[in-house]
Amino acid sequence: MKSLKHVLPLALLTGSFSAGQSLAADMQLSVAIPEMNVAEYHRPYVAVWAMNKDDKAVTNGAVWYQIDDDGEGEKWLKDMRLWWRRSGRSLEVPIDGVTGATRKPGEYEVSLTHVAQQLTPGDYVLYVEAAREVGGRELLSVDFSWPSDETQTLSAQGDSELGAITLTITP
Amino acid sequence: MKFKRSLALVLALTLPMAAQAHRFWVLPAATVLSGDDPWVTVDAAVSNDIFYFNHFPLKADFLSVVKPDGSTGEMLNVSEGKHRTTFDLNLTEQGTYKVLMDSSGLRARWETEDGERKFWPGRGEKPEPGDFEKKVPKQAKNLQVSHSATKLEAFITAGAPTDTVLALSNQGLEMKSSVHPNDLFTGEPVELQFFMDGKATEGVEVVIIPDGMRYRDSQESMELTTDSDGKINVEWPRAGRYWLEAEYGDDNAKAPATSRSGKYIATLEVLPL
Repeated sequence: MKSLKHVLPLALLTGSFSAGQSLAADMQLSVAIPEMNVAEYHRPYVAVWAMNKDDKAVTNGAVWYQIDDDGEGEKWLKDMRLWWRRSGRSLEVPIDGVTGATRKPGEYEVSLTHVAQQLTPGDYVLYVEAAREVGGRELLSVDFSWPSDETQTLSAQGDSELGAITLTITP
Repeated sequence: MKFKRSLALVLALTLPMAAQAHRFWVLPAATVLSGDDPWVTVDAAVSNDIFYFNHFPLKADFLSVVKPDGSTGEMLNVSEGKHRTTFDLNLTEQGTYKVLMDSSGLRARWETEDGERKFWPGRGEKPEPGDFEKKVPKQAKNLQVSHSATKLEAFITAGAPTDTVLALSNQGLEMKSSVHPNDLFTGEPVELQFFMDGKATEGVEVVIIPDGMRYRDSQESMELTTDSDGKINVEWPRAGRYWLEAEYGDDNAKAPATSRSGKYIATLEVLPL
């Protein structure tokens, strides 16, 4: 119920919701981490963030990195070069609800509800950046406008460190 | 012998399995020098990012220098930092010098009557000569004894290249180049031949990675496997420094080992024509 209260005033203000629609404008991302046929495999670091096209403000969705007791895993955060420049270098990790452990190859559903709750109406780019030790780096992005009147599915296809990414925006 | 064994142990502990392997390398500041008395500085490190020091120094104790006449050279101004070892070479003789890391040793795994898994040398154990005979039960269940050899080389030439330091030792995995390793140029492909314990060997897996990986999105590694003559052909995509790592393993081991493995690493500099 708490989230409903939170969203309701925004919906009334923007008038973007009509009767019968869900009240929770939301975003969900699916990210595929491909299997690699390599002798030495390390799970990739992955950062997901939305950037406002006007003011370049960044809202972080997810950052997966090697979380260990001595902080050694933070050493490679900068290999996600664009994310590091736009946001990472001025953050203190870990961040509740954003940072998490690296994932093995597979397809993952990443809730971006916390991002949706922070976005003001405008044009954005959603970025997904992956970097893997003894591997490579790949950056994917999709443009989107927030909020949306209709459900939208926006995709991009990686060809090295990432598979398909699909951003689903619900009004 | 003791030195070789202790290095093998350190490598064994550093490299418990291929999946967690680290890359070893030696990087001379220059490989082709002129003059009667040139100096060159050399860095040595353990780091997955090729030619960027960010993990561990490769300790000077593990390295040696061979002079053009085959005698042992001196590492000067040795300094060990957090991420690299640095030393200088004064090339007082004309010809080709070699920086070398050469280690080999036995390792064993077995199970006790109760199914407990054992291995030798144990963690942190420095094997002494005779330890294998004393500490490994030869009748143990599922006893596996492997002989592993690691060799790392980097070549540096003052004046005209010479061949003395290129001679094979016929131990472990080694490489012979159709062109002197300090005479590599763009536009001139080379044939590299790999030898396991002195015999040209098919199926050696070779990875060659160009320098500058911080400034691109992929490793850009060349992955090649030797043919029935133990050879691969390499065309250099550009001038620069390359890290080469070759690996091979089979069961044609000398007793008491039941399997053998070899790793060969070289740093090669290719100059533009």
